[in-house]
Amino acid sequence: MISIKRRTIGDVIGDVIIYAIVTALAILMVVPFIYVIAASFAKEAEIQTRPIFFIPEHPTLDAYKQVFNPQGMGPTVLRALVISLGVTLIGTLINLFFTLTMAYGLSRSRLVGGKLILNMVLFTMVFGGGMIPLFLVVKGLGLYDTYAALILPGCISAYNMLIVRNFFIELPRELEEAASIDGCTELGIFAKIALPLSMPIIATFGLFYAVGHWNNYFGALMYLNDSKKFPFQLVLRNLVMQTQDNSTSMDELPPEDTLKMAVIVIGTVPILCVYPFLQKHFAAGVMVGAVKG
Amino acid sequence: MAKAQKAVLSSEEKAAAKEKKWAQIRRDKWMYLLLLPGFLYFIIFKIVPMWGILIAFKDYYPTTQFFGAGLTKNWIGFDNFVQFLTDSSFWQLLKNTLIISGMNIIFFFPLPIILALLLNEMKVQWWKKLAQTFVYVPHFVSMVVIASITFMLVKTPSNSAQSGGALYEIVKSLTGKEMQALGGGMAIYWVLLIQNIWKETGWGTIIFLAALAGVDVEQYEAAIVDGANRFQQLIYITLPAIMGTVVTMFILRMGSVLDTGFEQIILMQNTLNRNNSETFDTYVYQYGRVEGNYGYTTAISLFKSIISIICIQTANRLAKRAGQAGLF
Repeated sequence: MISIKRRTIGDVIGDVIIYAIVTALAILMVVPFIYVIAASFAKEAEIQTRPIFFIPEHPTLDAYKQVFNPQGMGPTVLRALVISLGVTLIGTLINLFFTLTMAYGLSRSRLVGGKLILNMVLFTMVFGGGMIPLFLVVKGLGLYDTYAALILPGCISAYNMLIVRNFFIELPRELEEAASIDGCTELGIFAKIALPLSMPIIATFGLFYAVGHWNNYFGALMYLNDSKKFPFQLVLRNLVMQTQDNSTSMDELPPEDTLKMAVIVIGTVPILCVYPFLQKHFAAGVMVGAVKG
Repeated sequence: MAKAQKAVLSSEEKAAAKEKKWAQIRRDKWMYLLLLPGFLYFIIFKIVPMWGILIAFKDYYPTTQFFGAGLTKNWIGFDNFVQFLTDSSFWQLLKNTLIISGMNIIFFFPLPIILALLLNEMKVQWWKKLAQTFVYVPHFVSMVVIASITFMLVKTPSNSAQSGGALYEIVKSLTGKEMQALGGGMAIYWVLLIQNIWKETGWGTIIFLAALAGVDVEQYEAAIVDGANRFQQLIYITLPAIMGTVVTMFILRMGSVLDTGFEQIILMQNTLNRNNSETFDTYVYQYGRVEGNYGYTTAISLFKSIISIICIQTANRLAKRAGQAGLF
């Protein structure tokens, strides 16, 4: 770039150390996932004898066949997957609807009472009723043991809403003014101008919300009782925790380790599928806006 | 006399202003319609539960109707608080929480800063991008998966013919010790810390990388002309440039000193390590949500919230005294 740049021996050694540390760390962070994927394709005997490996000696799909076995645990796993996908899909749409409408509604400083509502939102970010009062509200509304309890109590993240609001504030006003002269109401401006211009940010927060729903464990733990309604994370948890010690009868053997590995992989794959899109979108700028308020 | 005139005038002005305000509100009716769903959400799921804190001052039975007697009857004042603060489990909870939080602040907090500084020094873009791709992954994976993988890695062998988890075997071959990562003692604290480092170090760099990207390149060029080496550039340009962000993040961290990832701990907890891993949140879940002691556990939550607010205020004041901008 500039001609005065001279590299000393020290610079080179420094670079080698930096690249080595970062590369080692990066590999270390994904190694456990690679091991689990490898183990899910291995035979049970291999897991029980080789402490760690990244390529199974005799690759097999047995574990996956067993997970989806219609006579065994297949129906339970499939039901949980369908529930998780459904909650993720519907939940994300509801998240986006509530977040975008509120963010746009609060994006005009002239709005009477807008400041008050904004302060209320900020207050909820530092102080909350806590776990039990929220549980009692959910129960009091008749949402206990319904899928709505997994979606409604968290349908807006205040943090996300504020970032989207900042984005709406910075949209060019001229387009909106032109539209309102043409007789467009604010609803029309929101739907026909603001939303199309914010597709990237909608995609970003849609993905974040979706990942949150797929990964959610707390909601099901708090608000669900009927095990037939359990989403995938809860089923995964219960399967992994089944060990020799707590299997009650002799004929009910604990699931093999390969099987546990396969279920862990199934719980992770959807995240890995959307990860490239996620990474494309979480541009640093998007996330930083909120910290500064 | 003059005073009265002024009052008349201002009341007229007030009426005019009021009229204008109403016109404004009518004109903005669509905006109100747009923010109505979100507003209702915050009222129902954020504000009403705050009102529900009242049950901390009540003898509340699980069968009590929340929207009814639950908010009006059976006042017992501060009994729940007195009972909790004099209970021996209170000190155990506080101790566990502070150990988990303290270890995170000491060992975890600096890591994203260091990693961001290292990434910032990487000039080969594709290499840097690839490394970032790898280190961000664990953040998006669910806590259940992280906990499950941990179980598989630290598993002890169930009989002598089998091998334990990968980490168990590695530790055994290096030190000869049979690691009981999820048993009693201090081990659980290290498990929680390492999980947190694994999951959040990469993601934590984002905010510092953004701050680093904002540093003016000309400053470095000038420093190089002046003969500053890499280390001097770090001390005199880079660190001061991100200090504001570091302080902001530290204040936020101090404010949540009593927040110890509920999901993580409830997933790693078992009967062997419960004494060391029980924190305020898991205690409230177990004793309140599961066993139905609603009033008592709400008092614990409230106590925790108040301490949190005091912590964040104190950290903010200290930051300002140290010459930093602070958060508010």
